[in-house]
Amino acid sequence: MAKKIKQKTESLFRLTSSLVIVSCLSALLLSYVYTITKAPIERSKNQAELKAIESVIGNDFDNNPYEDRREITTADGQAKLTFFPGKKQGKIKKFAIKTYSDEAFGGRLEIIVGFTINGRIINYEVLSSKETPGLGTKVAESEFKDQFQGLSPKSESFKTNKDGGEIDAVTAATISSRAVIDAINRAYNAYDKLSTGGKNGKDN
Amino acid sequence: MEKTTKENLTRGIFKENPTLVMLLGMCPTLGVSTSAINGLGMGIATLFVLILSNIAISSIKNLIPNGVRIPCYIVVIASFVSVIDLSMSAWLPSLHAALGIYIPLIVVNCIILGRAETFASKNNVFQSICDAIGMGIGFTMSLTILGAIREILGAGTIFGYPILGLDANPILLFIMPPGAFIALAFMIIVFNKLREAK
Repeated sequence: MAKKIKQKTESLFRLTSSLVIVSCLSALLLSYVYTITKAPIERSKNQAELKAIESVIGNDFDNNPYEDRREITTADGQAKLTFFPGKKQGKIKKFAIKTYSDEAFGGRLEIIVGFTINGRIINYEVLSSKETPGLGTKVAESEFKDQFQGLSPKSESFKTNKDGGEIDAVTAATISSRAVIDAINRAYNAYDKLSTGGKNGKDN
Repeated sequence: MEKTTKENLTRGIFKENPTLVMLLGMCPTLGVSTSAINGLGMGIATLFVLILSNIAISSIKNLIPNGVRIPCYIVVIASFVSVIDLSMSAWLPSLHAALGIYIPLIVVNCIILGRAETFASKNNVFQSICDAIGMGIGFTMSLTILGAIREILGAGTIFGYPILGLDANPILLFIMPPGAFIALAFMIIVFNKLREAK
């Protein structure tokens, strides 16, 4: 350390070129990792969706709800939701709708919700959320979810207890709880519009 | 030589614990420690990034001119974080979903840049790996303990298992952001007392 070398001024070329080389190497690494993870990410996303459909409406059908999926428009006609029909002998018995809410705490909350044919909720699964880990993410846990079983979004009391309804919001995550209800309402209203307004559509 | 290796390995765990002594990386510490498992996951992800970036930086340290070293370090760290982010969403989707936005935030975790600047850029690859492991374990440990404290007090569970019984009334404050500051402050007090006593 005693004889400290006088620092030579680094030429602009050397500064630039080393930064460029480091950036190029990291771009190479990233593109490689992206290629090898692309398929597994896609697969795990599809699998999550398939598993979610199964967990909200079961697999007791003679069609494949995932392959028979189609897009439906929301009640206000502004957005598209995905509709997964579970059929037996050509008749829809249960169905799942992939829906969303933009009123969540951390951006868009995507859930898939299963209904019986008369519009009662079976269950739902959270597909993607940006809620606070440990707080808002609790809307994906059964303690909160189980409350929805058998409810109909048509009912007046389909609201959180904070809004005078019958659903106990997750403590410290009222906004996330409301977002789930908002998403389910969006799905229900879209279905309602479909079944009353478009019954003789393309469905058999 | 062997003594320095041991010293480098253990420094981060107790003597210079990144969270409790150097007070680095407060943003992820306060943000993710709502439960023990989140703390553990975040800690391990950071540990991997720390090891990879320390290896890379100590091996290229002589090739990088002084003037652009910090931008280079950041490019290296950001690349490794993206690698971890992509790999986690490919092979550990549930943990990736739980940690959410905190994974990309590892880039700005100053522990990693701090170790790159103060240690990896001045030492050889092997010693840098030791340092990264020590610091990573120290960080993981403090995050897990902080997460456990907050989870027990705030939710009455530990790693998701209820321990306080069903009629327990947990102190919700500890799950919320102010609880993070309070719990961390008490942890630092206890830790510093322990350090002084030693």
